Amino acid sequence: MSDDPSAQELESFRKQVRTWLGANAPKPPRFKLPDSFMEVGTDEQFNYLRDWQQKAYLAGYIGMSWPKQYGGGGMPAAYQAVVNSEMARANVPFMVNLIGLFWAGPTIMKLGSEEQKKRYIPKILSAEEIWCQGFSEPENGSDLANAQTTAIREGDEYVLRGTKVWTSLGVYAHHMILLARTDKSGPSKYHGLSFFLAPMRVPNVETTPIRKMTGEHGFTETRFDDARIPASCLLGEEGQGWSVALTTLMFERGNDGGQAGGLAMVPLRVAQVIELAQVMQRDGKPAIEDPVIREQLVRFAIEERGLELSQYRMRIPSLTQPRPFAIPMMSKLVMSELRRRLCAFAVSLQGEAGNLYVGDPDAWSDGDWQRSYMNAFSATIGGGTSQIQMNILGERVLGLAKG
Amino acid sequence: MQAASIQSRIEIAHSEEEALLTLSAAELLGKRWDFGDVRRALTSTTGYDASLYQQMAELGWLSLATPAAYGGAGMPVGALASLAEPMGKQLLGSPFLATTLASQLLLGAGSEAQKQHWLPKLGSGAAIGSIALSEPGESYAMLPTCVRLATSGTGFTLSGTKCFVLDAQHADLVLVSALHDGRPVVVLLEASALAGRIRRETLIDETRRSARIDLSGLLIGRDALLPAADATVAIEHTLRVAWLLLSAEMAGGAEGVLQLTLDYLKTRKQFGKFIGGYQALKHPMVEIMCAIEQGRSLLYHAATVFEQASVEREIALRMAKAQLGETYTHAADRSIQFHGAVGFTYECHAQLFFRRAQWAQHAFGDALHHRKKLGELMLRDASAF
Repeated sequence: MSDDPSAQELESFRKQVRTWLGANAPKPPRFKLPDSFMEVGTDEQFNYLRDWQQKAYLAGYIGMSWPKQYGGGGMPAAYQAVVNSEMARANVPFMVNLIGLFWAGPTIMKLGSEEQKKRYIPKILSAEEIWCQGFSEPENGSDLANAQTTAIREGDEYVLRGTKVWTSLGVYAHHMILLARTDKSGPSKYHGLSFFLAPMRVPNVETTPIRKMTGEHGFTETRFDDARIPASCLLGEEGQGWSVALTTLMFERGNDGGQAGGLAMVPLRVAQVIELAQVMQRDGKPAIEDPVIREQLVRFAIEERGLELSQYRMRIPSLTQPRPFAIPMMSKLVMSELRRRLCAFAVSLQGEAGNLYVGDPDAWSDGDWQRSYMNAFSATIGGGTSQIQMNILGERVLGLAKG
Repeated sequence: MQAASIQSRIEIAHSEEEALLTLSAAELLGKRWDFGDVRRALTSTTGYDASLYQQMAELGWLSLATPAAYGGAGMPVGALASLAEPMGKQLLGSPFLATTLASQLLLGAGSEAQKQHWLPKLGSGAAIGSIALSEPGESYAMLPTCVRLATSGTGFTLSGTKCFVLDAQHADLVLVSALHDGRPVVVLLEASALAGRIRRETLIDETRRSARIDLSGLLIGRDALLPAADATVAIEHTLRVAWLLLSAEMAGGAEGVLQLTLDYLKTRKQFGKFIGGYQALKHPMVEIMCAIEQGRSLLYHAATVFEQASVEREIALRMAKAQLGETYTHAADRSIQFHGAVGFTYECHAQLFFRRAQWAQHAFGDALHHRKKLGELMLRDASAF
């Protein structure tokens, strides 16, 4: 990795990115775009988003800090941070292959073999191959380590049997990061799990869409009915799956910084809710003049600023004592909960009109806030519910006893 | 949803010097100021340990942000947060806050002779200083409203009452704000002038000392007036220092009470289990930790931008004060509750934090006050974020 760039170098790079985004940001489509990778429900949405990731990758703006031999840019991470912040500023779409870029890719980079890195990483970056995650099962959600899907070794293959569910991008994915049981005789549920980079498009794998509370599609259930996958799909050692999965979860729930870059989801900003409060009326005046509403807006603004600053502070070791991992570990919990409450407030700001939904000609901003509120639960439930996050933080960060 | 312009003003810096200050403060106070010392000071007259205060002076803590010309280290005001945070965690009782605020007000409004005379003394611990800004019946007015300074003969006469004057009983000088010809000014009163005019206030926070001062009819000489014709700028600066120091103190205090509660939840058993295992207790503790972490980020940002003359600085300071005020009081409130009946006793240390939190959140503006002001600063234009 080359030396850290100077502030000047970064500033001139920032201008370059801004110019590129000005010329190349995709035109708004005629159809409605999802807020995150968890809500991709139609082919036209998927194709539009995949094309955008490919374009950004070809311009060199994705995987900038990843090694060149795996298709990355081999540059200091500071450059990717500039791209990310400029993408947020330009409000461009998120990266559709998010599971690949943010979770599967970093896990492979950290724990995968040389062969696996060469095989998978370049196509993750280019969106040529889409990834999904097979952790949850119908009977095992929060209790992830209790996974019952089995993988039985037969020669050079593993035979998969079981069901994975709540799988975002399931119908588009080429690969699934999959947690399965290779040995049932271990002393605890944490033993005997293995972590696979499983191909989705092989015989005896059947993926069915599930309808979400919004009425849209966006996640799936996948059944493995004695599906055979090559033994080379195993990531790490057989039986070490739980520890690999914890690495993935660290990337998923935190903000480790090892991710490939690009936007993860449509950012919702307090500034947008303030804009809404300027337009909405209360007692014949703009809602933003209502002291009760102002108090709420300022509360949200303080929370948002505290979160943003925390993402910055966690890189300064002398300011993270006595809990150096608190901020990365709490990020998913606090961000998803803030998003949910912010959406709820934005709906209530609309007053009675908040009851109009997507499709009604009089709905404010085509019911975006209403839909976003419902979709916000995908982040407070998916990847470990907020309640499970609080258990993890209480036990691992604060050192409290297990329940 | 419209794309809002997102201006990033993410800035936090912490120098090696500041990191060392935090470490040395935590080390010294850890050795010299435990719960036993806190409790002994509760009933003492001054509320502090003079030899420890002298040691703090020798380490340069009392003159950290005083320019070298007046015997100080000349560090930025933001560095004071690195000291105030560990002080808050250890529940330190001392005139550090009052003396630092007096130094800063004197720096902003004093004459060269006043600064030359007093600042080295305040920095060396030879003199204790304080400021008198608050007046009865007013909450959080920044500037004087009732205390007046009238010309009389060769000097002035003061009228009115000041309250919440920290460490007034043992202060060698008190800087008092007053209205003079409709403009705010500051006068410097030495201890001798205040004899018989000080009434100690009984505070909810027993680790602190403050007093009400009756100024009516007090005659003072011309040289008592600080030369700034309009002291508004210097007073506003001093208030900002107070917001920063109290935010830092509250961040430390919140951490201290979090640790106290955690220790109990990890050792107390009921129904055969450590009570920290119950989610009804575990989850609120996590929420408190998250609030502390966010509050600390706001604090360090405010300390970093303290020297910048911008609206952003005021936003940062008020956000820190509002967030940490509520976080500290909530953390202390829950500490009482989660200790059960023990938490309700005078013996339990939770009350020490609780009372400190009450005082600190109300002093120099509570959360509601600062959020109202933030609304005025931020809600005119959504792009201000």
